[in-house]
Amino acid sequence: MSLTRNDIESIAHLARLNLTETEIPVYVQSLSSIMNFVGELDRAKTDGITPMAHPLPGLSQRLRADEVLESDHHERYQRNAPQVAAALYVVPKVIE
Amino acid sequence: MHTLTIAQMAAGLRERRFSSMELTQALLARLNAAQPRLNAMITLTAAPALAAAQAADAGLAAGQAGPLRGIPMVHKDIFCTEGVLTTCGSRMLSNFVSPYDATVVARLKAAGMVMLGKANMDEFAMGSSNETSFYGPVRNPWDASMVPGGSSGGSAAVVAARLAPAATATDTGGSIRQPAALCGITGLKPTYGRVSRYGMIAFASSLDQAGTLTVTAEDSALMLRAMAGFDPRDSTSVDAPVPDYAATLGDSLAGVTIGVVREFFDAGLDGACGQAVRDALKVYEKLGARLKDVSCPNLPLSVPTYYVVAPAECSSNLARFDGVRYGHRCENPRDLMDLYKRSRGEGFGAEVKRRIMTGTYVLSAGYYDAYYIKAQKVRQLIAQDFARAFGEVDVLVGPTSPTAAFPLGAKTSDPITMYLNDIYTIGANLAGIPGLSIPCGFAGGLPLGLQIMGPHFSEARLLNLAHRYQQETDWHARVPSAWVN
Repeated sequence: MSLTRNDIESIAHLARLNLTETEIPVYVQSLSSIMNFVGELDRAKTDGITPMAHPLPGLSQRLRADEVLESDHHERYQRNAPQVAAALYVVPKVIE
Repeated sequence: MHTLTIAQMAAGLRERRFSSMELTQALLARLNAAQPRLNAMITLTAAPALAAAQAADAGLAAGQAGPLRGIPMVHKDIFCTEGVLTTCGSRMLSNFVSPYDATVVARLKAAGMVMLGKANMDEFAMGSSNETSFYGPVRNPWDASMVPGGSSGGSAAVVAARLAPAATATDTGGSIRQPAALCGITGLKPTYGRVSRYGMIAFASSLDQAGTLTVTAEDSALMLRAMAGFDPRDSTSVDAPVPDYAATLGDSLAGVTIGVVREFFDAGLDGACGQAVRDALKVYEKLGARLKDVSCPNLPLSVPTYYVVAPAECSSNLARFDGVRYGHRCENPRDLMDLYKRSRGEGFGAEVKRRIMTGTYVLSAGYYDAYYIKAQKVRQLIAQDFARAFGEVDVLVGPTSPTAAFPLGAKTSDPITMYLNDIYTIGANLAGIPGLSIPCGFAGGLPLGLQIMGPHFSEARLLNLAHRYQQETDWHARVPSAWVN
């Protein structure tokens, strides 16, 4: 299968990735070849097969009681934030 | 001193032949000197390392035991280390100082190991040659024009060049075993859920697992014992007892049945690699093991399966990098959408963007069943092939990688060619089983790897087979001539 420039632009938008003009044709080509490659899976007969949900047979995701276990670390964590004011993460204005 | 294994260093420390401080200073000097030639590290943590060595020496003097106390090591830069830059090989995290330790880091610290720094790696562990790192490629200690493998290329190069006796690493599709093979060292990917992934930056959560890169299987046994075990902070961590892996290293192999996987000896396998594996099988026969030809017919579909499942999970996991809470943020964003798109577009490298987009595409409306569900069904078939094989044999053996190390730049233009490096290793990740690579020969002066895989939680058996082979051969003990001194 062959992806188009439009396909790549719409995937990049869904993935929130800005692509440069030079990147777009590279991804048109390489994503097309990857999708052709994974197309080999069509050869496998999978009727009646349950899709794998966990790599360990018989196990599923463990749950825990809904209890507070962590204390407040926001000051420590916000040291890595690009912009903080009054303990809040600052982003460009969303609502006019 | 630098060519000693963990076990030998531990004996030297116990007998007061040298101190942890002396070991740490010597290896920090080697790491510094090697950096322009190998580019194996992203960060050196000399001051905290010297402090940890001093504490370890005090502990040893006070009679604190433990086979890892005072032993220097490096962490792959995918593990969060409190107060230390943790980049995951990406521009996105090039300013990220972790506020906490990964469980693996905390456990090895508690065992007394001394972290010397953080090793280079493919960006977000996506690569098979360590050429996708924002910090530049790592070079192979056996030949600096060759790749070390990836994604744990820095960790593998450090151990191969004897800059440290051990490194942590992670394996999503072969990222421990393939660089171990290409650098001539021992690499173990444990069972899914065996080692906590808390604080290990996520790539593909149904495949990721942490493990070890060491010179010997014995050292891997010592490290895994300290790293493994239940962690309530990782919802996929398995609550199962951790055996004393070192205690069974010398067990007899009489009566052990080794399955030789037919599909691993395919047209893509280099002749010298195949021959080295067959020679290794003769060593196992001499040790009393029985060989049996087995088939895993769906295994050739493991690479296409992986390149649906792993990108799908990566596109979800990497959605957290938004330029808001941590990581790279673009200059002067016009609005929130521009902030997201430019921060991510600038912060991620070409291969990471390719995987995010592949994953976004296979999960998008109309394609989910055709790609993602189909791949998870084929994954089930591959897991069933392994389960059937383990009904007949104790372990499976084959090559780790189709070829020895290849030149830098040789496979960067075509992603599919690069992805096929992992054709023999991906199956274990898809099925969640443990796999290990040990050196088994050379071709053109470059090391080759033998892969051993077993049923879930059979790490003790794998390490036993690896150790017995290493008692009979000396491939693992060879040091690249440029790094002997």
